Amino acid sequence: MTTTTEQHGAPRTASATATLIDRLREQENRPALVGYLPVGYPTVDRSVEALKTLVDHGVDIIELGIPYTDPVLDGPVIQAAAQGALDAGARVHDVFRVVRELTDHAPHVPVLVMTYWNPVLKYGPDAFARDLAAAGGAGLITPDLIPDEGADWLAAAEAHGLDRVFLVAPSSTPERLRLTVRASRGFVYAASLMGVTGERGQVGSRAEQLVTDTRAAGADRVCVGLGVSSGAQAAEVGRFADGVIVGSALVRPLLSDEPLTDEQWAARLTDLTEVTEDLAAGVRSARATAPAGATVVPGEAP
Amino acid sequence: MTDVKLADVSGPYFGQYGGRYVPEALIAALDELDTEFRKAADDPAFVAELRRLHREYTGRPSPLTEVPRFAEHAGGGSGAVRVFLKREDLNHTGSHKINNVLGQALLVKRMGKKRLIAETGAGQHGVATATAAALMDLECVVYMGEEDTRRQALNVARMRLLGAEVVPVKIGSRTLKDAINEALRDWVANVETTHYLLGTVTGPHPFPEMVRQFHRIIGEEAREQLQERIGRLPDVVAACVGGGSNALGIFNAFLDDKDVELRGFEAGGEGIESGRHAARFSGGALGVLHGAKSYLLQDDDGQTLPSHSVSAGLDYPSVGPAHSWLHDLGRATYEPVTDDEAMEAFRLLCRTEGIIPAIESAHALAGALRVGQAAAAEGRTGPDGEPLVLLVNLSGRGDKDVATAARWFGLLDDGAAAEELERQEGRG
Repeated sequence: MTTTTEQHGAPRTASATATLIDRLREQENRPALVGYLPVGYPTVDRSVEALKTLVDHGVDIIELGIPYTDPVLDGPVIQAAAQGALDAGARVHDVFRVVRELTDHAPHVPVLVMTYWNPVLKYGPDAFARDLAAAGGAGLITPDLIPDEGADWLAAAEAHGLDRVFLVAPSSTPERLRLTVRASRGFVYAASLMGVTGERGQVGSRAEQLVTDTRAAGADRVCVGLGVSSGAQAAEVGRFADGVIVGSALVRPLLSDEPLTDEQWAARLTDLTEVTEDLAAGVRSARATAPAGATVVPGEAP
Repeated sequence: MTDVKLADVSGPYFGQYGGRYVPEALIAALDELDTEFRKAADDPAFVAELRRLHREYTGRPSPLTEVPRFAEHAGGGSGAVRVFLKREDLNHTGSHKINNVLGQALLVKRMGKKRLIAETGAGQHGVATATAAALMDLECVVYMGEEDTRRQALNVARMRLLGAEVVPVKIGSRTLKDAINEALRDWVANVETTHYLLGTVTGPHPFPEMVRQFHRIIGEEAREQLQERIGRLPDVVAACVGGGSNALGIFNAFLDDKDVELRGFEAGGEGIESGRHAARFSGGALGVLHGAKSYLLQDDDGQTLPSHSVSAGLDYPSVGPAHSWLHDLGRATYEPVTDDEAMEAFRLLCRTEGIIPAIESAHALAGALRVGQAAAAEGRTGPDGEPLVLLVNLSGRGDKDVATAARWFGLLDDGAAAEELERQEGRG
């Protein structure tokens, strides 16, 4: 088994993601808002505009998806966007350019790339880690790579100082929670329910228990995803999670079967802004009171 | 591993292939399945019940049929080649698929789950799963690419007759690969009550090993039958390879007999150079799909490439990890057979032996013709100058393929018949 940085040890490179989550918790008493969009939907340039919209309106951490032909952990909304991006010619290497543009635009926002494993395997895990680090990326979220199969990735991430965010699920045993927590850096991604990505009326009731169990397994930071689509849900999840991960609800305003005119696209970005601000307000109201001396960034959503 | 017979190598890895490239949400269920499978394999009651079903329900052992008129075409008419067919086409439900399905369905009963889901390409695995669900009183949902529901309309009706829900999958390439994606999504959401009855020797551990175990009976029977018939082992074993379950099932009994040549035949579609094929060992490279590391048809970005074949059952961009391992070991060889070659072999078996094979199995028949003809050309024989003996896995029957074949060979000279076929295919 690959040696990994101990969660509680002294990592060679500090995780910017972890540092940010800790700062939000300690100084603002709130969870981070993690926002997902795929690279290249509807085009690479427009996806950059949409991603900048997220960071300009209260998203703390970007989860940048690489479109993939066989996204087995994604529901219909993200599947449609991934297929649309591929149809529009999105390539894996586009992710590095987009990461660079985002980190230039907002250096304080960590950008994690979310990808199924085969594109990274094909690129070469070490080469991928090298190029992602060079572009300013924070690390990877790997929905179909469990730590048991992740030796190559763990070595590459270690060598290039990147986060590795693995998932835990309500079905994970205590033993697997410990294994996954040990292998993770940045945060642990807790799937709120058994299922694929998508908006749901209610966030899984098992999410809070899973966060508790994951912390008991040694995790310092646990973010919750799957099914969160509104500010109210973000607030609910944010009571107990260190971060709230939102995907489909951010992708949906952008979905279109037809190419959009500049004017139509601008309207979609306005819709995206509204959804983002609602979610940003949600994470900021999740906990009753901020500790004394909390810093509130002016101009951000209330 | 050095003392383990090739036939008994267990997962999760076959060489560097296999593993579990799936969401964490599924790991607990895979562990449970693995544990239950191993317990069952050691449980005489389970083994006896499966054996009873094989005998009384499936009709095993399936016969071994020598096909001399067909063999004439495989040996330049010289009689230098004998061809034996392992008749999995005569199993209940019409293919080898039932072997694995009954095994897994019995496991499901042991685990107390009430709902089965499955993917299907040609429909044979879906029909077998729907059959087992009816037999064992389980709810059954079968995911099938929309393209395949058209190609195999009769099997859709068959599954519905058996009480299964058939869900046409309308995303991606709308074939087997996308049906598996949908089945995996269903499984992630319902894993606590549902078993994913995967139909081939791929997917996450323990599926590749478990499905091989449920199909190894094919090779074990054939080996014994051939010993009885001719007193020796075959020189060559031929099988078609989609995911690879029928091939691994028959190969497995001969893996440790190094003089027995093992030949797998993939779908060459319209030819490798056309790019429209499903020949993973000719056009693929190391990759991960549907939970296993194996050979995969993919582009430079690791995106899965669409496969193509006249036979829905071979139309899959990856292959079972054990085949990749056997390929790299050089223990088995894999080569493509085009749509044209397969259909010619299909017609030949119909006309010379009165057996209508599945188009999938016709790829193995075409491969056998190629092997026999090459042997005849080289003057190659069996030991001591005896005829070369080819064992071919006739993995399924061709009832489901009559419409495709009728169109392929232009047999529809009557307007009404043509209309009827079109209607059956869902295109009317």
